[in-house]
Amino acid sequence: MAKITFITKDQESIVVEGTAGSVMELAVQNNVKGIDGDCGGVCSCATCHVQVDPASADKLGEASEIEQDMLELDDDANEYSRLCCQLQVTEALDGVVLNVVK
Amino acid sequence: MEHLKEDKKTKLSEFPDAFEQARIEKGYGEIDDQNDPVTMLLRLKDVRKTAHNWKTFISGAEPGRIVVPSEVHIRDIRQIPFEVDPPEHKSYRDLVEPWFKRPLEEGYQKVLKTIIDELIDEVLTKDQFEVVGDFSLKLQSRALTTLLNVPYKESETWIDWGVHVFRSEDTDLDGGKANILFDYLDEKIEEASKNPGDDLYSLLLSAVVDGKKMTKEEVKGVMILTFAGGRDTVINAVTNSIAYFAEHPNSLKRIAQEPEITGRAVEELVRYFAPLTHMGRVVTEDTQVCEHAIKNDSRVSLCWASANRDSAVFENPNEVVLDRKVNPHVSFGFSTHNCLGATHARQILKILLTSLAEKVSDIEIKDAKENIEEWGEFNRKVGFKNITVSFN
Ligand code: HEM
Ligand code: FES
Repeated sequence: MAKITFITKDQESIVVEGTAGSVMELAVQNNVKGIDGDCGGVCSCATCHVQVDPASADKLGEASEIEQDMLELDDDANEYSRLCCQLQVTEALDGVVLNVVK
Repeated sequence: MEHLKEDKKTKLSEFPDAFEQARIEKGYGEIDDQNDPVTMLLRLKDVRKTAHNWKTFISGAEPGRIVVPSEVHIRDIRQIPFEVDPPEHKSYRDLVEPWFKRPLEEGYQKVLKTIIDELIDEVLTKDQFEVVGDFSLKLQSRALTTLLNVPYKESETWIDWGVHVFRSEDTDLDGGKANILFDYLDEKIEEASKNPGDDLYSLLLSAVVDGKKMTKEEVKGVMILTFAGGRDTVINAVTNSIAYFAEHPNSLKRIAQEPEITGRAVEELVRYFAPLTHMGRVVTEDTQVCEHAIKNDSRVSLCWASANRDSAVFENPNEVVLDRKVNPHVSFGFSTHNCLGATHARQILKILLTSLAEKVSDIEIKDAKENIEEWGEFNRKVGFKNITVSFN
């Protein structure tokens, strides 16, 4: 079980719990505003863009090259950016805080 | 007929990569088009970078010029937001984006499901039918009534226009045919301005963009695109998917058994088919792409179809891997101008796959004529002119 906090663009804080699947799916199930997940999680649409709170950044692994290539051409991206369909919900993510970009 | 079926058994649903050699050797291809040549960019990274760089590679050129073949001689009207660059582009996109995200709503999906189920039930009663005209065009037209929020019966008019309403068979640029659409839109825009309702026309007519009320000409510029941009593309995606399942019955069974892969299957089919081959941009300064010099005021095109087969990014690019997990395809474009209708198109395809898996156990191809586009040295199969099948 992992507890994940999304902070939307209008500063609403949504805390959700999950055990499996991707973080994008968890966000969509919980109607987190700004996460649409248009491509269903295959890393093609970038409608699942989040920035990891620096304090919890060490809970995440490295983005794959394909994910990095997508983010590189996203004007809103910074060093904490991730496409959250590429993050699997596991114990390791417990306590992570994600800022929704859109 | 029997022998054709045998020979073509594994071929009809195959969409060969027309660009492989040029993509690997040079990274680009050149085509002439009405004395306004186009450099086609073929590699995924180049296509993405160029799509992203809207300052050097603009869409807001003379109306019709970014389309290949060029439409500058057949229309003056600017298509919106397609032929507008940032920052104005964003104002228009922000206006229409929520409307085009409605397909994410459950109620919308229910309506689409009814449309698709009814159509499948209808063709199931026939011995055989021609997919492009009797299935895909009907599906596309009926689904569009949901997107525009107009009465269902409007789709009868659009179906009567036929498959080639904006493009005739013999000449790619048939001004007369486009007029059918323009006249129709003028009439509908007039109607909606007298009697506003809750359709897309009315939303646009009442809209204020950057402090200015949208003109009827601008409303028309938006509406043209929802008709033209979403027509052949959806028709090809639907038709080609049916051809694929005819020759891969186990894939349909798999979707019935593992419905959770439906979304990935849609993305993969859309990657493989790339219903829109490429789209142009006009260059605003001397520059280069993949070490190839490109002149100011010339044209490039972003070849989505080639980028989707780039083996630098995709493993087994020429295979349909139904549950491909990482699939950064560009069939719906990339960056600023990415497809506004993608949410609608994805829902159509998702529901189509689900309903086919529920209702159809076997699809048999009886006859087919492929639709091969000619782009300079490249001959690319994009779909079918016609394809007759039976559903069982
Ligand atoms: C499978 C179906 C479809 C495919 C493959 C497709 C493909 C594309 C592509 C590649 C672009 C990018 C063009 C560029 O960068 O210049 C695009 C843009 C666009 N598409 Fe689609 N399309 C599809 C369905 C639709 C539908 C159903 C609609 C609306 C009814 C639509 C409306 C648009 C619009 C309005 C744009 C321009 C967006 C902008 O400039 O901001 N498309 N489409
Ligand atoms: S959901 Fe499309 S890239 Fe993450």
